[in-house]
Amino acid sequence: MHRSVLPGFRLAMGCTLLYVGVIVLLPLAALLWQAADLGWARFVAVVTGERALAAFRVTVLSALGATAFNAVFGLALAWVLARYAFPGKRLLDALVDVPFALPTAVAGIALTALFAANGWYGQVLAPLGITVAYAPLGIMAAMAFTSIPFVVRSVQPVLEDLTSEVEEAAETLGAGQWRIFASVVFPAIFPAFLAGCSLAFARSLGEFGAVIFIAGNQPFRTEIVALLVFIRLEEYDYAAAAAIASVLLAAAFVMLLVVNAIQLWHLRYLRGAS
Amino acid sequence: MSAARRPRIGDGPLFRAGLLAAVLLVTALVIGGPLVVIFVEALKLGWGAYFANLTTPDTRHAIWLTVATALIAVPINVAFGIAAAWAIAKFEFRGKGLLTALVELPFSISPIVAGVAYLFVYGAQGWFGPTLDALGIKVMFAYPAIVLASLFVTAPFVAREILPLMQAQGSSEEEAALSLGASGWRTLWSVTLPNIRWALLYGAVLTNARVMGEFGAVSVVSGSIRGVTNTLPLQIELLYQDYNAAGAFAAATVLAGIALLTILAKLIVERFSSRDA
Repeated sequence: MHRSVLPGFRLAMGCTLLYVGVIVLLPLAALLWQAADLGWARFVAVVTGERALAAFRVTVLSALGATAFNAVFGLALAWVLARYAFPGKRLLDALVDVPFALPTAVAGIALTALFAANGWYGQVLAPLGITVAYAPLGIMAAMAFTSIPFVVRSVQPVLEDLTSEVEEAAETLGAGQWRIFASVVFPAIFPAFLAGCSLAFARSLGEFGAVIFIAGNQPFRTEIVALLVFIRLEEYDYAAAAAIASVLLAAAFVMLLVVNAIQLWHLRYLRGAS
Repeated sequence: MSAARRPRIGDGPLFRAGLLAAVLLVTALVIGGPLVVIFVEALKLGWGAYFANLTTPDTRHAIWLTVATALIAVPINVAFGIAAAWAIAKFEFRGKGLLTALVELPFSISPIVAGVAYLFVYGAQGWFGPTLDALGIKVMFAYPAIVLASLFVTAPFVAREILPLMQAQGSSEEEAALSLGASGWRTLWSVTLPNIRWALLYGAVLTNARVMGEFGAVSVVSGSIRGVTNTLPLQIELLYQDYNAAGAFAAATVLAGIALLTILAKLIVERFSSRDA
């Protein structure tokens, strides 16, 4: 089947399949097995329980908020990095990678220290009546921080590759700047932008380390899904933990499919353009 | 190069200055602030207290365990990344897209889900737990589980860095080496690996940073036994919950330092690989 004169196909393929099987697929199969063991009726009862539903709502809403922040901030950051020359640009570009490189637990305690009532940001926000630490906003802040790079790193290369000719063509036709952005530039970066937003949203849904320090973790109010899984484990309620974790896993699969569909669409767009 | 660059949309001086200022301000607040506060909090009680916090037996043990985990997990995932990239980049076969997706899968899965999944394989109520227990082999809540969970979460990192490069480079250089009589291993060692060395190095650095910093997956499988199975991120949580903020932030500076070194490595690798190109 493989047309190549290079050796090592069977060895490389064998090692890859064995490793993926043992390290990735085996545990996921065990998780799904455990969840299936519950039976459909009990599975539904567990994942639609009051506390679980509250956790899903808190998680999804916070992830949406965090993604909305990163849609705006990420696009602005990508624009600045791709279009402008200014001193310190390399430093700014490097700083974008900090949320990926910094361990989530470290990010969690740092954000909590900043937003606590006596922290640098908390002191400013408290008189305005805004509470971030140990409140729903804190979950959003932690999710937003850990997913900053996704939109930037998706959009930045596409913006850099965009030639000036289309903009000039639109300009000679008399279009204003906002019009050119809305009808020429934004459509070109839209698939990458959407893929970046989806990745940020998916990451936010599963985020654990950064959130649990700042969330306060009150059931029904500031308890995220990943934490509820952890709590069920500590209560030795393994079936419930498996059921809720498998919902998170299914959400990850759906987001993966969404991102892949967007990328296929983007490829078709590129082929259509050339 | 054209002589004069024509202004493009968004290049108006007022818009440019406004957007740049806004982005720099928000970046300073949301990325700079957290980075700075770690070091400020760690040094709040002075350098003496900082070093005392770093050298408590539990924190020293956590640092050691974290390094020991990385020493095993990073080489294994580097080898896996090379094997997977070799199979995917150098050969045509059915199901290539599926295999690529499988290799990248752990990247999309919540670390908590990964930890729970491992519990159902090696834990007391898992598939192999009772057998392993009967044989006297302790995997769960011990060093092997920490390594396994770390392997899961960092499995895609090396392949992600080197695969695009290997696909872009094609196989002509390897074919030339083979036709000159080099063995397959010799070809890999002296042709392929030198061609991808910077991406490979960066992949390894990323893997290392994530292994050392992994929190969610490891916190499920390690059991967080103080002074025994606590890695550095877990030790940070423990100290923080003990209201020992200075100790937690002191331990956090070690991981923040590794994160900064990782970013520095990326800058260096980008510089060298653009020079090679």
